[in-house]
Amino acid sequence: MKPLLSLLFALFVAAGPVVAQEVGPDALVKKVTDDVLTVVRQDKDIQSGNTSKAIALVETKVLPHFNFQHMTALAMGRDWSKASPEQKKRLAEEFKTLLVRTYSNSLTAYKNQTVAYKPTKLQGGETDVIIKTEILQPGNKPVQLDYALEKAADGWKVYDVIVAGISLVTNYRDTFTQEVRANGVDGLILLLGNKNKQLETGKK
Amino acid sequence: MQIAKRLSPLVFAVAVVGGLSGCATTANNPKDPLEGFNRAMFAVNEGIDVVVKPVAEGYDAAAPLPVKAAIGNFFGNVSDVWTALNNLLQGKPGAALSDVGRVLVNTTVGIGGAFDIASEMGLEKHAEDFGQTMGSWGVPDGPYFYWPIIGPRTTRDTLGWGVDTYVDPVRRVDDVPLRNTLLGVRFIDTRASLLASDKVVEEAAFDKYNYIRDAYLQHRRSEIYDGNPPREKEDTN
Repeated sequence: MKPLLSLLFALFVAAGPVVAQEVGPDALVKKVTDDVLTVVRQDKDIQSGNTSKAIALVETKVLPHFNFQHMTALAMGRDWSKASPEQKKRLAEEFKTLLVRTYSNSLTAYKNQTVAYKPTKLQGGETDVIIKTEILQPGNKPVQLDYALEKAADGWKVYDVIVAGISLVTNYRDTFTQEVRANGVDGLILLLGNKNKQLETGKK
Repeated sequence: MQIAKRLSPLVFAVAVVGGLSGCATTANNPKDPLEGFNRAMFAVNEGIDVVVKPVAEGYDAAAPLPVKAAIGNFFGNVSDVWTALNNLLQGKPGAALSDVGRVLVNTTVGIGGAFDIASEMGLEKHAEDFGQTMGSWGVPDGPYFYWPIIGPRTTRDTLGWGVDTYVDPVRRVDDVPLRNTLLGVRFIDTRASLLASDKVVEEAAFDKYNYIRDAYLQHRRSEIYDGNPPREKEDTN
């Protein structure tokens, strides 16, 4: 565990300055995906379902490139504007925990898949793009995995992940809207918090 | 926590009352007016899956990867014929031609479809069905259904499924034991291919029924646009 963490840390630090430069959204997606898969391919623990190890990997390699405020806003739709700045912070924090777990879990399902990067026509000057990739697995139709990114001051940030046409973010819209309608923004914070606690204690 | 405890009897009461009237009135999603019926069928399927899932898990654990790939490829090759025709019906002759090429290559060089040589040659696999074809013609979704065994389908896709099933070559096999074996293997193979997403859905969903419905509707929308649905601009302010 320790050597891996320090290795991850070293990789991350090494990657830092590169990312800080002008890296295009397509190059960023490729780099992060490659880095994560390189670790997963060598890590038998993650492959056999060790979620906490996968979460640690996602937290170091992937999180810095995600904008969770935007993701939460997208999941809540119009209700986002009803939340106070303090509530927004808590919502984004809880939603982040939930998404990281979901994302990490899908890593533990890894079995020899490879990723193909579809060419993206970038005109230059865009601030909001979708980068398309494909998960290839023998005997199955390729699964489309797309990332929506926006340009921020400190580089491109992912604000939506779309698997086989399913946005992992907006798929919560209905549930969140219902909860806000029934119990308000605080109700939604409570719902997310309880879910995360339940998943945390339920894990092996 | 305290608040949650005090609230829970109230929430429970609301849920019971809501549940009773659910069949008739409360539809939270305009696309799902029959939510009461659908939730009942969903429960039926969850019950059936108690038996089906272990079989799929057993198959997944026992069959080596090349065997599973060959089985998946075989049924994929069978379905490519219908995919080709649907692409043609959707006015995509190029894609249809590519699908015909896939079937020719995989049936011969790919030894009866066991190997997907065509994909390696760059002939991409498509997945088309009659529901998508009707969608591309502008036929609307209609109310959402959750059927026993079959699972989620919109009204249009239920009709599409009927047509898909009618023309299904596997169902046209004359030898009854062979036909049933093929149908059984395909069913288990399909279920096994979904095992990986089970855990994700279990953990990600607040309400599994809702999560699957919304995912299905998003997925179909994307399929009808061949993976490039127009983006819905968001207003979050």
